[in-house]
Amino acid sequence: MTTTDAAPAPLASAPRRRRSRWAGAGYWLYLLPGLITFALVILVPFLTNIWYSLHSWKGGLAPKRWIGLDNYTALLADDAFWLSFRNSVFMIGAMVVVPTVIGLLLAAVLFDYVAKHWNSRISAFLRATYYLPQILPISVAGIVWNWVLNSQTGAVNTLLRGMGIENPPNWLGDPDLALPSVMLVLIWIQIGYPTVIFMSALARVEPELYEAAELDGAGWFARFRAITIPQISPETFVIVLTCTIAALKVFAPIYVLTRGGPESSTLVPSYYSYLNFFDTSRVGYGAAIATVLTVIIIVIASGIQVLQNRSARKEREGR
Amino acid sequence: MSADLTATDPSASGSAASGPAGSGDSGAGSAAPRPARRPRSRHHRGIARWIVLAGAMIVALAMIAPFILMVLNAFKSPADYSAGGPLSLPRGLYLDGVIAFWERVNFPVKLWNSLWTSTLVAVFAVLLSLLNAYAIGVGRVKGSLWLVGLFLMANMLPQEVLIYPLFDMARMVGLTDNPWSIVIIFTIIQSAFGTYLLASVLGTFPPALLEAAQLDGATRWQILWKVVFPVVRPTMAVLMIFFFIWTWNEFFIPLVMLTSNDNQTIPIALSSLQGDRMLDVPTLNAGALLSLLPTFIFFLIFQRTLTRGVTAGAVK
Repeated sequence: MTTTDAAPAPLASAPRRRRSRWAGAGYWLYLLPGLITFALVILVPFLTNIWYSLHSWKGGLAPKRWIGLDNYTALLADDAFWLSFRNSVFMIGAMVVVPTVIGLLLAAVLFDYVAKHWNSRISAFLRATYYLPQILPISVAGIVWNWVLNSQTGAVNTLLRGMGIENPPNWLGDPDLALPSVMLVLIWIQIGYPTVIFMSALARVEPELYEAAELDGAGWFARFRAITIPQISPETFVIVLTCTIAALKVFAPIYVLTRGGPESSTLVPSYYSYLNFFDTSRVGYGAAIATVLTVIIIVIASGIQVLQNRSARKEREGR
Repeated sequence: MSADLTATDPSASGSAASGPAGSGDSGAGSAAPRPARRPRSRHHRGIARWIVLAGAMIVALAMIAPFILMVLNAFKSPADYSAGGPLSLPRGLYLDGVIAFWERVNFPVKLWNSLWTSTLVAVFAVLLSLLNAYAIGVGRVKGSLWLVGLFLMANMLPQEVLIYPLFDMARMVGLTDNPWSIVIIFTIIQSAFGTYLLASVLGTFPPALLEAAQLDGATRWQILWKVVFPVVRPTMAVLMIFFFIWTWNEFFIPLVMLTSNDNQTIPIALSSLQGDRMLDVPTLNAGALLSLLPTFIFFLIFQRTLTRGVTAGAVK
């Protein structure tokens, strides 16, 4: 497949290079609107935010006071800040690890089994149901789950009381239970995404590979491990990368489910910086949290990219 | 001559790389053992296939359970709810919840706000992405690799890192509490992703097509609309649907930027109900139901395009 795509390229590359030498400059015109608006809406605010993080500022018309890196050193001693990043690890568990594993399993079942032993309509229908939570506004999912898990009027606890349990747990209000409850909702929201991508990845794998392995007497699981998993690694990489970034950035589910509570048990970095910006009016401090979060996201994302490049190179050399 | 070469080339490299030849081999080889294996496992499979289907159905049920609960309880009076619980069928059609939500948040206004902002963002962002991607993917301007990296980086930024300066800038230009601020901000944010995706699509654009158009004397502007645009139109359509839904569902920036009732979008209006102590179960569920209907209808219409689009985005 790849060889056929690459074959015509050398033929055409010579004229293309010549063309771009005299034509390249004119294309900058097409970039102008994009670059100017990008600078105004993303670059300038990003740098301004760093500028804010070097000040003590209550926001609005209040005076800014230059304090250098004090906000950043204060972060290091701030328990809530560390707690929020500890919770980010749990968010990665709920939005990356569990959905990727379950999504792969569901995709394999739908693609390998339901589509073949039943029919592809059923598997397409099931796939759509799994994907449904992905398409909805998170505030809708959040407000419904908030009610389902509510200690007084919630669906779960009303059912539990009906079954004779006097004191059902306060799912979102108990500091020990709130984090697992939030994680459960996030898993529910997230599962459809890896399922859909893995299903198309499985369709891409050439059937000849499986047939050859079957001839060698390899069982389903052996084939899955030796063929499927290496073949779909590009998609796995995309899922892990995008979901990890999303998990580190997560805000809306926390806002609608728990607002970081109770007792900060579900506090995440983005919500913590929001609190500092608009609740406690410590704008400089909030800006510092957001900047640190950005650096961490870029470092982790680059790390995943490097790992992927290395394993791709290893695989190419191995062949 | 060159056309001849490219035509024969794929078949040659294809057979070299275990393509058709490999499949022919294994096809002939597997013909013999196959029929011997099948009958043994068929009986066994009869039960197994029901079990697997049941498992997949149970997962599906778990996924839609919250929606079922929502529909069951949106039309149930509070008294009915406390008597029958969340799983009982409503004993009558109780519409006060829908009406209460509709009036409380002034639903038509919110619907309109969400609709026009998301539509404008989808259109503008796709156009901006196309212009950027044309310069990067086809024009290959100097430093185009850096530009792609820059746009990619913008996708990783948490919105918190932009929000306070954006909030201040909106005030400076008189866009405080104005939905147009949402249109501008999200056009740029979405086009960062669109540029990245379209640039990688246009990077593989067949140069022969461009050269032919150039020889015919077409200007760059004409090539963009007459040659490039028709080819990437399907990708642009998928991007547009995504931008619409993403903007519609967007939460954090609208929450901060749109402070007054008349300017808010549906997700913000719904979440603003939450702190309300007077909120009863039917109003809450009716509100959630009304708020998801537009996206749900959109999902049904574009289901096929969307699932195709998700996968297209992943492979690129």
